[in-house]
Amino acid sequence: MEDEGWLSSFLTYLEFAWEDLLELSIEHALVVLVSLAIATVIGIGLGVATYRTDRPRDLVLAVTGTLLTIPSLALFGLFITLPGLGLGARSVVLGLVLYALLPIVRNTIVGLREVDPAVVESAQGMGMGRWQRLLRIELPLAWPVVLTGMRVSTLILIGIAAIGAYINGPGLGDIIFSGLAQIGSASALNLVLGGTLGIIVLAVLFDLVYVLIFRLTIAKGIR
Amino acid sequence: MTDGNDATATPDGGSAKIRLENLSKRFPGQPEAAVDDLTLEIPEGEIVIFVGPSGCGKTTTMKLINRIIEPSSGRIFLDGEDVTKVNPDQLRRRIGYVIQQIGLFPHMTIAENIATVPKLLGWKRERIAERVDELLETVGMDADEYRGRYPKELSGGQLQRVGVTRAMSADPDVMLMDEPFGAIDPITRDRLQNEFLRVQERIHKTIVFVTHDIDEAIKMGDRIAILSDQSHIAQFDTPERILVNPANDYVADFIGRGASLKRLSLSRVRDVELHDWPTADEGASHDEVSRLLQSSDKSAVLILDSQRRPLRWVNAEHLQRTGDGGSLAETGLPPEAVVQPNATLSDTLNEMLTARYSTAIVVDQSHAYQGIVDIDTINETVRSMRTAERGRLRAESSEAEEVSS
Repeated sequence: MEDEGWLSSFLTYLEFAWEDLLELSIEHALVVLVSLAIATVIGIGLGVATYRTDRPRDLVLAVTGTLLTIPSLALFGLFITLPGLGLGARSVVLGLVLYALLPIVRNTIVGLREVDPAVVESAQGMGMGRWQRLLRIELPLAWPVVLTGMRVSTLILIGIAAIGAYINGPGLGDIIFSGLAQIGSASALNLVLGGTLGIIVLAVLFDLVYVLIFRLTIAKGIR
Repeated sequence: MTDGNDATATPDGGSAKIRLENLSKRFPGQPEAAVDDLTLEIPEGEIVIFVGPSGCGKTTTMKLINRIIEPSSGRIFLDGEDVTKVNPDQLRRRIGYVIQQIGLFPHMTIAENIATVPKLLGWKRERIAERVDELLETVGMDADEYRGRYPKELSGGQLQRVGVTRAMSADPDVMLMDEPFGAIDPITRDRLQNEFLRVQERIHKTIVFVTHDIDEAIKMGDRIAILSDQSHIAQFDTPERILVNPANDYVADFIGRGASLKRLSLSRVRDVELHDWPTADEGASHDEVSRLLQSSDKSAVLILDSQRRPLRWVNAEHLQRTGDGGSLAETGLPPEAVVQPNATLSDTLNEMLTARYSTAIVVDQSHAYQGIVDIDTINETVRSMRTAERGRLRAESSEAEEVSS
């Protein structure tokens, strides 16, 4: 009967705390979206700038790859000691941007390099300049791969954003950490479960949005 | 004349549309130049073929013309204008470009693909739409059906047509084609080649065409440049003269055996005299047909339908077997080896051998009977071409001697 005990207790918790949960989820989603947007701009930029040159490309991939291996707690911990960052959303966003870079940069590079050279050559042969080729031919053809990178980054960020609460960041991590801080108490499990469930729901929702974006933004000829 | 290239590279008469002057290309890290001091004039309105073994620099040479590859030294003239240093994008919009892999844009529709250069040139939307439809119809593709399709929905032959169409879209005077029919099955290739020659008869573009296939070169070229290493010109001449009088062993080797057979690709059915053959309408009586047979020296009569399309070959034996009431359309042998006037004699001979007949029936576009080509005609044509070319060459060389003496 113990099982039913925690379940009914959790449902009761949801009943009176759902507005809080919703608000935290929206904060969580926002911090992820902002970080993702910044990372996408930087990531695609780095990818475009380096995909045709061996050395810079390897360097960018190595650096962004290394960033991803730094434990998030350590990175956030480092940021709060830096002037201009400190506790709060700013440090969280910066951390998330760094974590999101690798999948986006990597997929931008892979996507651009996978474009059939014959297609690019025929574009060049018809008199398209460097930028026209990039914007009209190469990026649209690389887009499905770039978008996949963004999708992976998004999932990573939704998880890591929760850790951001450790340095007073916004989002669902807040109640998870509160729960962990009072482990043993009656409400601890509810808080942790509520935060975790919120993150899972967010992840599923984001993924659904991606399915829609794939449908809407990928040219019919390459689907 | 210290340079062999100069001596062979001057075409006889006609104005040069493209002139390559001492053109060289060295790739970094390679000891030898890919293209070494090439001088060549490409006459207006002709198909000039660059042919040679792989690695001879023929594709590099072609790409120097629209500066997909920038030359290391030398100059390129288009219509007498030095285009070696002009904006390469502007230059390329004036030159149609087709590569073997075609390189259609997979994310754009057929119409958008064809519209690429007109759009770059800032044409009005209606004018572009009109042009796209017109071009699709030119290459025998229904515009309504195909303009909205994507490349992945087309067959290899159709992709090739669209590739050529896209290169012609802004009506450039010059087209560069790198093995444009290389990646297609032989039957489709043959059809596309004929189709292209038919279009060219009307539009008279200046075309530089790269291939490694000497047979394709002979079939398609008004003039052939046979290239050896580093794009040195081994011979630059008309297909006839290259076949009859190869300039050196390299050229002779490259043409390979069967130069006589290859000459058959140079003449078409419409160039030779057609012979008559006794024909009868399918409604004719058996008596009429037998009388026809007796009065001619041929062993069979060709039966035509009401639109004069060949139906059957019928001989005396067939007539006997069917008896008086039998239909002429159902006896005898089927009319195989049927060719149109634009077929080459090589194709025609091939048809005859396949059908095991010694005659081929010539029909017009609507498949109506025109006449007969027989194996003797083909033999005669080869012989007279050889004699004529020999005679011309002798005349030319004696003229040259007179000049030099």
